[in-house]
Amino acid sequence: MEAVKSFFETPAPSRFTGIWAWLLTTDHKRIGLMYLFAIVFWFCLAILLGGLIRLELMFPGETVLTAELYNSAFTLHGVIMIFLFIIPALPAIFGNFFLPMQIGTDDVFFPKLNLLSWYLYMLGGVVAIASLFAEGFPDTGWTFYVPFSVSTQTNVSTAVFAAFILGFASMLTGLNFITTIHRMRSPKMGWLQIPLFTWSLYATSWVQLLATPVVSITLVLVMVERFLNIGLFDPSKGGDPILYQHLFWMYSHPAVYIMILPGMGVISEIIPVFSRKSIFGYKAIVFSSMMIAVAGSLVWAHHMYTSGMSDTAVFVFSLLTFVVAIPSAIKVFSWVSTLYKGAIQMTPPLFLSLCFIYLFSVGGLTGLVLGAAGPDVHVHDTHFVVAHFHFTMFGGTGFAFFAALHYWWPKMFGRMYDFKKAYIASALITGGFIFHYVPMFILGLQGMPRRYYDYLPQYATGNFLAGFGALFMIIGIALMFYNLAVTLRRERNAPADPWGGVTLEWKTASPPPLHNFDRDPEVLDYPYDFTGVKESQDNQANQDKQSKPNA
Amino acid sequence: MTDLINPADLVDRSFYFIIGFSFVFLFAITAVMIYFVIRYRRSRHPVAADIRGNLWLEIAWISIPTVIAMFMFVSGWQAYTGLRNVPDDAMEIEVLGQSFSWIFIYDNDKETENEIVVPVNTPVKLNITSMDVIHSMFIPAFRVKVDAVKGVTTYAWFLPEEEGEYFFQCTEFCGTGHADMTGVVKVVSQDEFDEWVEEGDAW
Repeated sequence: MEAVKSFFETPAPSRFTGIWAWLLTTDHKRIGLMYLFAIVFWFCLAILLGGLIRLELMFPGETVLTAELYNSAFTLHGVIMIFLFIIPALPAIFGNFFLPMQIGTDDVFFPKLNLLSWYLYMLGGVVAIASLFAEGFPDTGWTFYVPFSVSTQTNVSTAVFAAFILGFASMLTGLNFITTIHRMRSPKMGWLQIPLFTWSLYATSWVQLLATPVVSITLVLVMVERFLNIGLFDPSKGGDPILYQHLFWMYSHPAVYIMILPGMGVISEIIPVFSRKSIFGYKAIVFSSMMIAVAGSLVWAHHMYTSGMSDTAVFVFSLLTFVVAIPSAIKVFSWVSTLYKGAIQMTPPLFLSLCFIYLFSVGGLTGLVLGAAGPDVHVHDTHFVVAHFHFTMFGGTGFAFFAALHYWWPKMFGRMYDFKKAYIASALITGGFIFHYVPMFILGLQGMPRRYYDYLPQYATGNFLAGFGALFMIIGIALMFYNLAVTLRRERNAPADPWGGVTLEWKTASPPPLHNFDRDPEVLDYPYDFTGVKESQDNQANQDKQSKPNA
Repeated sequence: MTDLINPADLVDRSFYFIIGFSFVFLFAITAVMIYFVIRYRRSRHPVAADIRGNLWLEIAWISIPTVIAMFMFVSGWQAYTGLRNVPDDAMEIEVLGQSFSWIFIYDNDKETENEIVVPVNTPVKLNITSMDVIHSMFIPAFRVKVDAVKGVTTYAWFLPEEEGEYFFQCTEFCGTGHADMTGVVKVVSQDEFDEWVEEGDAW
């Protein structure tokens, strides 16, 4: 296997060299890596904006940002984090790279469409940047609520157009994945032999494909309103501003499942591997992913209990919201049970996964407060909500992204990173995270609304403390990226299967060759059967030792 | 004192029920997780058992949380109906949100800006609308929040049980002055209120 050239040395199509071998590639692995670098760039930019928001809030009154700049800062933080980081992060990077490998094939079904998605993603990003250099920063929040988004003087249209383009990148990726899973699976792999990360991407892709058009249409309507002033959402012309909120959340709530489902898939891969034990309740996890995709599409109006919609609607959406909590709980139980009687090896990906379970549980449980109609009225649009969705989106998807980076890094680049620095970074991020967001729960309960650059004096202590949490978090993230990035200058030292994984991506060299597998991989009857790994455990232990001096 | 149930109490009860259960659940999950990781670490437990699932356990952890979730839903819904069912004898105040202040109009056409004065132990109903973009009236002390939407009249009610000053804020992002759309609810005795409401407008 050592003789096989990796995909880094063999461009596809082979006539291109240098930069063109990347920019015009149809290789799913190269496209995945191009997404990686673009997405990490946006992520860092949005973190800095988030830090700026936190800095402004550390002291009451106007300190580093004016009200206008603050409003733009949280708008851009939200738009970039959501449309350019969380939604594409796991599917576009790790989905692109590992989905074809996990199902034992050589590429996605539409490789050129895949490249087009990347260009649409980049174009969306460029348009988002362009919106900064004209007429003033957009200041509506990522939700673009009408009538404010229609009446504000700032450059909302460009920002909305950027989100519109990004929607197409997302839809095409979803379409590509669904087709790939249906048509390109190894002939030996039945539906219930598909690894859980791929299953979660399957569920996600359907939501991407079916829900994204709704927001695209909605965003077009906002632009139509801004340019033509038809009055779709203007009550004085017979329009309805609440209609916008329904249309917006009809996508944007399912979108949170687009964000979290692949994250859950990553955790479902990592926990069994480091427990060296089958995932507990494989079918229940598959089923709950599909349940989340379906039920999650029917709960959007729980963002709107105070909007003035009918009480009957509040009843129905509150009930459905509690229903959708169950499949998430099933997954948490399954992950913890997988650890039971395992042979657990602590590694950075596992550590991050355990942090994920804790943080995501906090996020999920505080979501119950928000799902309940009465309590939600009090905490809606306060910092309680802000803390809640950061626990699920950052503590959930963000940590799953970090875990996936550490889990698959040796496979993608063939290089192992330093464990000690990875642990320190993870602990800093987790500790800072808790220190940052827990005060925000309390602030929210005290009644501090979100999107306030200035606040009443009783909120000063919590905001001051949260600032330090943010600082630790930013240092931790910087250390984590540094620790991974420095490995790129070292020689390749990672074995094909450094962790003892059983899914197919571990059956080939690190980094993989162009066509992923030099011979047809063996598909296990049960995708998480670790009995074979046990047999080669001694061999494995030796490999671990060899990689340690560098690791 | 009135014999009305204050919806704020229902909201708090529902909140403590949900958050109390959540704390127990979170503690249990975290404790079990950490125990497993330490107890079954590879150096001490090198060969994993081959357990792929357990039907009865899975049925239990689907059905028990479902039942608990339904109880949570019901408690939340009860609190919500408390917030929505206005007592017949409530005093009504018209509320207009605008960028960036709140206007209040009493029955006798007395107008105030960013300040409501209400008598203690009297249910108060706010009829809310907006003159421009969406705003939202939030009085944390009374657990009350409802959006102000142009062309639509929404409402909220509360029962002030103690005299004092309670602040309110705008909670639907409305632009540059969003954070300045705050004000005060002054809860005073009935006599003080009667005197105040007959005074001429301050402007």
